[in-house]
Amino acid sequence: MGIEAGEGEQPFPPDSELVARLRGRDETAFVLMVGSWSGGLLRLARHFVSTNDSAAEVVQDTWLAVIHGLDSFEGRSSLKTWVCRILVNTAKRRGVREGRTIPWSSLPVAQDQGPTVDPARFLGPESEDPGHWRVFPQPWPMPSPEQEAVAKETRAVVEEALTHLPDRQRIVITLRDVEGYNAEEVCSILELSAANQRVLLHRARAFVRGRLEEYFAGAKAAADGG
Amino acid sequence: MGDDADPGEMSCAQLVELVTDFLDGTLDPDTSDRFEEHLRICDGCDTYIEQFRRTIDTLGSLPEAGLPEDARDALLNAFRDWPR
Repeated sequence: MGIEAGEGEQPFPPDSELVARLRGRDETAFVLMVGSWSGGLLRLARHFVSTNDSAAEVVQDTWLAVIHGLDSFEGRSSLKTWVCRILVNTAKRRGVREGRTIPWSSLPVAQDQGPTVDPARFLGPESEDPGHWRVFPQPWPMPSPEQEAVAKETRAVVEEALTHLPDRQRIVITLRDVEGYNAEEVCSILELSAANQRVLLHRARAFVRGRLEEYFAGAKAAADGG
Repeated sequence: MGDDADPGEMSCAQLVELVTDFLDGTLDPDTSDRFEEHLRICDGCDTYIEQFRRTIDTLGSLPEAGLPEDARDALLNAFRDWPR
């Protein structure tokens, strides 16, 4: 049997069941876990290292470490968070070897400070209503199920935006919004304070929203121009 | 009294910096009240939050790659060989 299983028809087992099955050497459970989580781990690993091959090796090393560490898993976090923490530590070591270090402890730096929306978008102190929008953000066209092409383009804009983020912001937004870990889990995986997690996440989200805003404004201008 | 702005009133420029806290439910009760009060009367900020949510939803829908097949097979073998 190959490792093909994604999050298919069968519901993903809860941690207690999954851990028991893995400790009982249940190959189906292992296949299910590796198939379901490797995609997210790969995406995350890629932010720490230089190449796709290197990221794949980090994920593979992570799973080997998981196999060997399974008996020491104490269930203080979810299994997925525990696996993710192993990945981050593995990826950090690999990144260091490749000359890519991410300065987690040195917040705040310039790119993490200042307003997340251009101050020129708001009325200045000379106005009667300082800090209010000069012009409201233009609503975006609603996504509709039949517009798969638009949805695909929107996802491409977001993927592209992620590549322009500073490393720490990219890693935090990937964990929170792409992979769906909650704030507490992200803090534990990255050993970040809650305040730093929030700052990095908010800046990253505001930047990606800004890229989408530019994209929709450009699409509208093109449509209006005929 | 001589203050530039009513401290109770939140501006749009202040609100946009608090959206992540708002969505995570981590604003203190007073700030949360002022945030929601502002939202009720400001279509611009309502749109901003809607777009923030849409951004988060799109991030959650990005496609994932998988491990190469030989890597997956090697892992399964490692799992099989793991001593009991």
